[in-house]
Amino acid sequence: MMNKLILGRYLPGDSLIHRLDPRAKLVASFYFIAIIFLANNLWSYLFLGAFTLFCLWLSKIDFGFFLRGVKPLIWLILFTVALQIFFTSGGDVYWKWSVFQLTEFGLKNGIFIFCRFVLIIFMSTLLTLTTPPLALSDAIEYLLRPLKPLKVPVHEISLMLSIALRFVPTLMDETEKIMNAQRARGVDFGEGNLIQKMKAVIPLLIPLFVSSFNRADDLATAMEARGYQGGDGRTKYRILHWSKKDTIVILTFAVLTAVLMYIRN
Amino acid sequence: MDIRFEKVNFTYQPNSPFEQRVLHDIDLIVQEGCYTALVGHTGSGKSTLVQHLNALLKPTTGTVQIGGRTITPETSNKNLKPIRQKVGIVFQFPESQLFEETVARDIAFGPQNFGVSEEDAAKLAAKTLQMVGLDESYLERSPFDLSGGQMRRVAIAGVLAMEPEVLVLDEPTAGLDPQGRKEMMEMFARLHKENNITIVLVTHLMDDVADYADFVYVLEKGTVVKQGKPQDVFQEVEWLQAKQLGVPTATAFAQKLVDKGFEFNRLPLTSNELAEMLVELGGLAHDE
Repeated sequence: MMNKLILGRYLPGDSLIHRLDPRAKLVASFYFIAIIFLANNLWSYLFLGAFTLFCLWLSKIDFGFFLRGVKPLIWLILFTVALQIFFTSGGDVYWKWSVFQLTEFGLKNGIFIFCRFVLIIFMSTLLTLTTPPLALSDAIEYLLRPLKPLKVPVHEISLMLSIALRFVPTLMDETEKIMNAQRARGVDFGEGNLIQKMKAVIPLLIPLFVSSFNRADDLATAMEARGYQGGDGRTKYRILHWSKKDTIVILTFAVLTAVLMYIRN
Repeated sequence: MDIRFEKVNFTYQPNSPFEQRVLHDIDLIVQEGCYTALVGHTGSGKSTLVQHLNALLKPTTGTVQIGGRTITPETSNKNLKPIRQKVGIVFQFPESQLFEETVARDIAFGPQNFGVSEEDAAKLAAKTLQMVGLDESYLERSPFDLSGGQMRRVAIAGVLAMEPEVLVLDEPTAGLDPQGRKEMMEMFARLHKENNITIVLVTHLMDDVADYADFVYVLEKGTVVKQGKPQDVFQEVEWLQAKQLGVPTATAFAQKLVDKGFEFNRLPLTSNELAEMLVELGGLAHDE
């Protein structure tokens, strides 16, 4: 059930994209999402689309994965696109019925928004598929470092993040296990009316909470027993290496911005 | 009530990049009243197979017959409750399924889901709690205040209270102390004999298989590689050891004696059998 989710999964591999520094990938992904709003005509979207496809190709991951990443969000996307198409005015009017209208601007906007959604999802799926979660949390810790003087608990945030990421699959397994155990005891999940459905969740939620508390307790004890005393004075095992190709990625994005500025209206 | 597997295949997340084929053409029968054991390595598909026994999972291809019902890949998820009542499953570490405020209510939860009235369920709870070796004073306690072993007992009582015809036990004694383990296994054996409950036991402990089981299936990488009575299966000590499955302690000991030149008609399974055979051997030696 939950295994169908592609977003947030990591696929081990050894492509150019896999080997990039997670900081470069993270910054590049966010930057891409920002500059996608610069695109405002056909050529700029074509250009960004070509660039995205090139990145996907570099990752050597089957294209089907990225399509699957879009799938769970497709209704949200279509809904937004439909709103745009039917409620934007301006340009030639092709069809009109009470408040709904199909106009040149509306169609154009709708298509652009669709492209924007798909490109953003492709890029973020590319980020998560090629970067192990722990590398991502390392990158976030590094990138948050400037906030430390502002009393932001950067180490704690990154620790919680990496523990949370580590335990997502474990908790999912646990959920599945408890669900099966309760189904074997005659619980029907997802059947009946809303109240019955909500009631059926109790035998799942309480054991999950209890086991999370127990797990947290055990983990904290185990961490203390291994000498963990907080972030101060800790060294790092996983050290991020910034290499030439990461600089090239950043430069590519600078060039990308320049080209985009040139071809947009 | 028999459970029959015919050419059962099962694949997790089929048609996805994470596809994982776990069961390959499994043919298997759990006969009514038979104490059946499933052994095999971790990852051999035992736990997946177990979930087919009460239709928590449906085969990707093939059929599973549970009593009169036939489960095929197309079977809908509705109306499976009668099966779930007849086939009770005790999962690994079942204490993680407890959630109610009191032990009594947690045990009564299963029966009530199957339509037993509140009063009858409460009576069942009191009865089954005694069966698992806890007295009535535990009924009103919170399950979360109990020790690990006691929680395990309450969880098992919760499954027994459904009065299943088939009881599936997925490593029921993992993590228990030797005393608790023995009590628990004896209780299941008693249920099997006195209440004529069919038992399916999944375990790594060959001694338990030798002591209790009538029939054994050996699984490897999702296929049944051997089946038969424990007496027959455990005769092939070398084959089992090559598969790193091991044999009962008594059998292993007898095999060592055989290597030293002793002769047995057949290898013993339990320590009692071994003792008898040794007495016999000793008696003969004495007569000469």
